[in-house]
Amino acid sequence: MTMITTKLLPELWLLATVCALFVASVSGRKRSVLSWLPWAAVLGIIVAVLSLGVRGEIFYGVYRLDGLSQFFKLAIAAGFAIVTGIAACKRDSEDFTPDYFMLLGLSAWGLMLLSSSVELITLYLALELSSYSLYALIPIRGKDRRAAEAGIKYILFGAAVTAIALFGLSYIMAAKHTTYLAVMASSSWRFADAPLAVIGLTLFLAGFFYKLALFPFHFWCPDVYQGSKNETAAYVATIPKLGAVVVLVRLAAMFHPGMEVTNLFAILGAVSMTGGNLAALVQRDLKRLLGYSSVAHAGYIMLGLAAGSSAGLAAATFYVLAYILMNLACFYVVCAISRDGENPTLDSLDGLYRRGPGLAMILAVAAFALVGLPPTAGFTGKLFLLSAAWDQGYHWLVIVAVLNTAISIYYYLGMVRHAYTGESEAPALTVSKGHIVFGGVLAVIVLLVGMLPASLYSLAARAAAALRP
Amino acid sequence: MTMQFGFPVLTALIVLPLAAAGVLLLLRQESTVRLLTLVVGVLECLLCLRLFSYAPQGAAFQFEEKADWLPAFGMTYHLGLDGLSLYMVLLTALMLPLCVLGSWTYISKRVKEFHFCLLLMTSACIGVFAALDFVLFYVFWEAMLVPMYLLIAVWGGPRRRYASIKFFLYTLAGSTLLLAAIVAFRHVGGSFSIPELMAQSYSFKFQIWAFLAMALAFAIKVPMFPFHTWLPAAHVEAPAAGSVFLAAILLKMGAYGFLRFCLPLTPAASVVAAPVMIAISIASILYGGCIALAQTDIKKLIAYSSVGHMGFVTLGIFLFSVNGISGAILQMLNHGITTGGLFMMVGLLYERSHSREIADNQGLGKHMPAFMFLMGLFSFSAFAFPGTSSFVGEILVLIGAFKGSVWVGFAAVPGAMLAAAYMLRLLQRVTWGAPTSFKPSWRDLGAREWATLVPLAALVLYIGLAPSLAIKTMEPSIERVLATMKTKNAAMGLTEDRHLAQRLHLPDLTVPDGPDKIQKERP
Repeated sequence: MTMITTKLLPELWLLATVCALFVASVSGRKRSVLSWLPWAAVLGIIVAVLSLGVRGEIFYGVYRLDGLSQFFKLAIAAGFAIVTGIAACKRDSEDFTPDYFMLLGLSAWGLMLLSSSVELITLYLALELSSYSLYALIPIRGKDRRAAEAGIKYILFGAAVTAIALFGLSYIMAAKHTTYLAVMASSSWRFADAPLAVIGLTLFLAGFFYKLALFPFHFWCPDVYQGSKNETAAYVATIPKLGAVVVLVRLAAMFHPGMEVTNLFAILGAVSMTGGNLAALVQRDLKRLLGYSSVAHAGYIMLGLAAGSSAGLAAATFYVLAYILMNLACFYVVCAISRDGENPTLDSLDGLYRRGPGLAMILAVAAFALVGLPPTAGFTGKLFLLSAAWDQGYHWLVIVAVLNTAISIYYYLGMVRHAYTGESEAPALTVSKGHIVFGGVLAVIVLLVGMLPASLYSLAARAAAALRP
Repeated sequence: MTMQFGFPVLTALIVLPLAAAGVLLLLRQESTVRLLTLVVGVLECLLCLRLFSYAPQGAAFQFEEKADWLPAFGMTYHLGLDGLSLYMVLLTALMLPLCVLGSWTYISKRVKEFHFCLLLMTSACIGVFAALDFVLFYVFWEAMLVPMYLLIAVWGGPRRRYASIKFFLYTLAGSTLLLAAIVAFRHVGGSFSIPELMAQSYSFKFQIWAFLAMALAFAIKVPMFPFHTWLPAAHVEAPAAGSVFLAAILLKMGAYGFLRFCLPLTPAASVVAAPVMIAISIASILYGGCIALAQTDIKKLIAYSSVGHMGFVTLGIFLFSVNGISGAILQMLNHGITTGGLFMMVGLLYERSHSREIADNQGLGKHMPAFMFLMGLFSFSAFAFPGTSSFVGEILVLIGAFKGSVWVGFAAVPGAMLAAAYMLRLLQRVTWGAPTSFKPSWRDLGAREWATLVPLAALVLYIGLAPSLAIKTMEPSIERVLATMKTKNAAMGLTEDRHLAQRLHLPDLTVPDGPDKIQKERP
């Protein structure tokens, strides 16, 4: 038993945090949990770093601790800590009750379980665990009707997609007679060999495409970001994607370039990045803009998954981490500039260089990272993706991806342009020193991951190499 | 880590401005900010003195520095200089202190950020010329866009938003395909290291595609004729220091890219594409000259003249002769010096008259003789008057052109005449035209302004009168590039006597341990 406990430290730490939040929510104390929660979350990162090397299989082989799962647990712990840090900026908001964070933590916990699941039914349960708390979280936004609308959209979409995924799961079980990924990997996934299984898998993938907001499962994304609370949107936009990518990486390890499923990855990726970028061009609401941008980024991740080689899987793993870092840096600014939790638009960025010079700089770093300009994490991640896809012969996909960079620059640059060249009479933003430092650290991490990617990349590469023996 | 001289001078050149930019953020007083940047600029120039120990006959790349960056992916931190890049680095380092001096009073708002951007620009530009790793090169190449964008967008003229976005979109869109080419080169060449990539040859089909992808990025940066429209907009709206950096260094990156990547990496494709590139170059020369003739805005005039001058540079490059290329590199250097100087002078003029129209700045000869003397010197150099620096570059390119084909030479000569026409027209009106808005309060050059311009003026005369030192240092590197091209092309069966039509049907040369070096991972 102690063996298992030491192996599962990141999960257990998060679960303990959730339990503490539960106690805080029933105890009725008035003091905000934000006084201790960010620190507990930071401890969670340390715990996750310490258990990076843990390996093993428990619970009859349905729960595997390998390089990939530990990498993603670290990413989830980091993301959760950053989200609580972002929330700490607005600690007087009425919505930040202990149960709000309890639901956030529970969702992150579900994702941690997801990253270790290697069996379809466990996967499904972990996925639902992480989704259910989001269903409850999204409508929480004071008495705002838009949030309720966003909640309904998320639930309806989620329910429909879950049904499709379960239907697909039944096909896979029927065709392959197993739910263990390891067993399934040893059999063929060509349509000619196993048509029923491939159809089932395609349907099953829908559940994860939905989480990732990949075309054509992205329609909820801008609406939900726009409707939900800024801090909730920051969470929904980033951490659940980790869960989706870890599963997709595990599944992609079963395929080879040129298969039907791989081509599906490539085509959906190309459409997703192009469509997302084009739609983002006309957005004024910052969160909607970031919503479409995340559709585009989901497309970029497909480059690595379509390549399917260990380099490709490593690239996808690295990129999703880079993506959540830069996106959270962006959402940090969105949350910091919004007054009374309103949705900021491009115009509310005007004059930011004067009203909050630190924020403007963080925004610039985040936006240019999202474009994929060096020397940021976004560039390095994209370089890995592109070269993995090129090596596997997906030349057209690489060209589509680089051309998309040129499209996307316009709207990301628009954010920087408003911040640096726009003028506004609005008063200076009051952001505490500590909070600026927090944002600055985030921006520096985005730069550092881009400039010195060696250690993170080798972690990702080792994790991916273990999947592709 | 291998270092030839013990002291990593190139890294120091790159890191010093970056570190200073970090310090700048903590400063409050504007005068300290200017002073610090100036001191950094002077230090950069002093550091550059070490580069004079460059030995032309020595190793291909000198001052080399190599360190692991991401070994798992084949990325290295690899810097080095050869005759192609040496002068560009020197020019960049020289421009920093001059730009600080030149904008001492010109920039009055957001001073700290302005100097922050200047420092980042310097560091990125030196990086571009010194990088010997393809990814490192791309990192610097793109990193330079952001500070340049901000320079135009924040401190620019009335249409700065339009101009800055156009600049950013154009250059970024061009270089996206360069990234695809880099990735493709890693696939076939197995490395990002430029010297290693240069040592291999690639199949003709690959070369054509790679050449097109790279040439688009470089042609936009140069800019060559159909892709030049961002340049006048950016030049006109940019602040004086921004224009100087743009003209003196950014445009050179495109030409440098052709020399460093297109010629040695895709030699066969370069030869096949040369007629087209030469035609476009001549079009740039003539088109830039004609349009410059019609401008009433001084900055626009100089901007279009840049299109023409850079046409000479690309013409020289694609002649594939020692004369042509050494002329091209000299012309790059000279264009940086003279056009940089001219933009600096326009900035000084603008500070006095608050207008860039020729009509508003007429008749200064009597009242500002020192100003007009220097302006005259730079203008004469701009149309390649004998004794000034540009003359040497242009004559070398023309010699190369006539040697290559008489028709090419004849087609390029009118460009030189056009240059004389538009520059003399400008000079005549600004010096002797009837004064329209002159005020006695416009003072002639002050000490700071002299200090800004004298180094450039001295270089104009020095290179004009004694160009042999510069030519001698770059010639061995040029010969090396041309020799690489020749041997690689000969191996592919592309010789000079092949007809144009035949050239497109080259055999797909099988590359020894090439395309499959990176094994596709297929279990």
